[in-house]
Amino acid sequence: MEIDVLKKVPVAEQDPQIRATNFDEVNLGYTKDEAVLEASRCLTCKNARCVEGCPVSINIPGFISKLKEGDVEGAYEVISLSSSLPAVCGRVCPQETQCEAKCVRGIKGEAVSIGRLERFVADTAKDMGIKPRLPEGLVKKGKKVAVIGAGPSGLTCAGDLAKLGYDVTIFEALHKAGGVLVYGIPEFRLPKDKVVAKEIENVKSLGVKIVTDAVIGRALTIDDLFEKEGFSAVFIGSGAGLPRFMNIPGEQSLGVFSANEYLTRSNLMGAFSPDSRTPIMRAKKAVIVGGGNVAMDAARTAKRLGAEVHVVYRRSEAELPARAEEVHHAKEEGIIFDLLTNPVEIIADENGWVTGCKCIRMELGEPDASGRRSPVPVEGSEFIIECDAVIMSLGTSPNPLIKTTTAGLETNKRGGIIVNESEMTTRDGVFAGGDAVTGAATVILAMGAGKSAAKGIDEYLSKN
Amino acid sequence: MFEIVSKTKLADKVWRMDVVAPLVAGKAMPGQFLIIRVDKDGERIPLTVCDFDREKGIVTIVFQTVGAETERMSRVEVGECFADVVGPLGRPSDLCDLPIEELKKKKILFIAGGVGTAPVYNQLQWLHENGVDVDCIQGARTKDLLILEDEMRAVTSNLYFATDDGSYGIHGNVCVALQQLWDEGKHYDHCVVIGPVIMMKFACQLTKKLGIHTIISMNTIMVDGTGMCGACRLLVGGEVKFACVDGPEFDGHEVDFDQAMQRSRLYKTQEGELMLRLTEGDTHSGNCGVCS
Repeated sequence: MEIDVLKKVPVAEQDPQIRATNFDEVNLGYTKDEAVLEASRCLTCKNARCVEGCPVSINIPGFISKLKEGDVEGAYEVISLSSSLPAVCGRVCPQETQCEAKCVRGIKGEAVSIGRLERFVADTAKDMGIKPRLPEGLVKKGKKVAVIGAGPSGLTCAGDLAKLGYDVTIFEALHKAGGVLVYGIPEFRLPKDKVVAKEIENVKSLGVKIVTDAVIGRALTIDDLFEKEGFSAVFIGSGAGLPRFMNIPGEQSLGVFSANEYLTRSNLMGAFSPDSRTPIMRAKKAVIVGGGNVAMDAARTAKRLGAEVHVVYRRSEAELPARAEEVHHAKEEGIIFDLLTNPVEIIADENGWVTGCKCIRMELGEPDASGRRSPVPVEGSEFIIECDAVIMSLGTSPNPLIKTTTAGLETNKRGGIIVNESEMTTRDGVFAGGDAVTGAATVILAMGAGKSAAKGIDEYLSKN
Repeated sequence: MFEIVSKTKLADKVWRMDVVAPLVAGKAMPGQFLIIRVDKDGERIPLTVCDFDREKGIVTIVFQTVGAETERMSRVEVGECFADVVGPLGRPSDLCDLPIEELKKKKILFIAGGVGTAPVYNQLQWLHENGVDVDCIQGARTKDLLILEDEMRAVTSNLYFATDDGSYGIHGNVCVALQQLWDEGKHYDHCVVIGPVIMMKFACQLTKKLGIHTIISMNTIMVDGTGMCGACRLLVGGEVKFACVDGPEFDGHEVDFDQAMQRSRLYKTQEGELMLRLTEGDTHSGNCGVCS
């Protein structure tokens, strides 16, 4: 195969017209030949800047070098030293702003496709039955650590602690482990059985126990975990919280959903399937409010459930917070972007069902404190988008449950748990990371925090 | 696993079950709820807690079969298990936070309607154990639908019944009963109303007129029930609140009941179709359109 070294080896994707009607994965992944070819584009820099761009510091040139030799098992071992969820990260990390943004290849052409290579290695290792292993001769520490939440930060923290010899139990509030990986990110971006469940099995194979249906803060408090259950340290990875709404008239109408509700029904409860016993609204025409990754997921889900979909966002395309790839995929699938547009009212019929979303045009004004040009309404430009569903994707505010039931746990003014450089909270022995600390962010940043917390917990327990 | 250790039919379509769920029973307080999934493909069903036994790790639930999932739930037998029982969820009743001496000084009335009797029983029992005497009106359409009568009597010294058809107790709904008690000189300064939304709405209109501070409990549409999805939102005092973490109890004079009733209809069509699929099986293809 001949390639242009300045460009990434392209990856096969499902045809947009076809995929907009199913929930199968969009990106089909590299074949082995394609992966080895793409790996050959890596310059194996001595001072590899890509590693600096990775929140969990994967030895990227290290695993790619193994791949160049066709040694998938070796490549997997290198990745496993740093990441517990490579098949997930290879799919959902914003590589273009992290590792790939620092790639030297990117100066004159396209960066090495590190994400696709990571995914290839993780998927192939899984197909070959390779599992992560505990280090040889590992000495058990004889100490128990509790992890709250089986999402990206919790799974990472738990996996790293198990590899250090701790006895780890994850407490998950929902009936299924995975956190945002199962309730938030749709099947077509991140297959649940094929990828997420397998990664969780891998974490369990390190000896991590997962207790589902356990709401910490209610069924057990953090004090109970220390005093009654015998844990020596606790990591809080409880994730983001309640969805925000706009507080505009008509927002309580039938057909207005938070993206969290809509996606949880579709993903966690499987409501996208006609056989599901959990209902979901199959809209004819849906307006998605917001421009982040969650908005893109909601938009593409609504599309697959049969709707004409409009994404309404108050700034312009350049400011869309979603990954460029998600926006690109959404457009390919026929999703309409109504930019510089903001809802002002939701209109409903006499029975309360949504019939339209009244919007106003916006223009970009002077840069605000953050340096972004803030959108201002254009007077008299109101218009109505007819629709039967409006899905609000405006971010979340932190869940108050653990904070209100744990004395001495301080939060910042946005409700995020305050932590120090070792990820320890204001409560001795209690650590935290992920969205519970930062507010809504990415899977990989949560994993980075989980990793750093595992290190912090190990240092703490080594001293105490 | 969450084994069913006892099961009783209390009235037409109303069931009581004792379920092994140690995490829930260990911490449950009056006013809280739990979520059940019947089997691995089940929907998450929120239900209030009727009773709990901390030592045995058992919770008691009372539910009415209103759709396919509760119908499925009623078909689970003693010795079988639910896939999931999670809780306790929501905030405990505010009454549990008050000093007992203060509670004893209050003149408290409970109003229970239909299966709302179950969560009321839990609160009455707690108050009874703490030596707090309260009154209660228990309402139903007709005598046969009154549930837990013996249990309620055991924990309430002044228990009044009200039936719409006059088949038992006061002839009329709970509002008629309250007005009658009030006219007889029974005055209250705190009221807790739990039952169908329409009943809570009218009871609150009356208690507002009578100047009685009133608390209600909302059983809204929910998915996760832990403060993540926002499906359970309602307007309280003009502000968006979430029943799962801010409630389920709210100031009854601040709740927008009309909107809450409207929101409860959101999935009615789909729920109806699921019920038909369950009860009529393959004979219901969904193609004729008659039911849509």
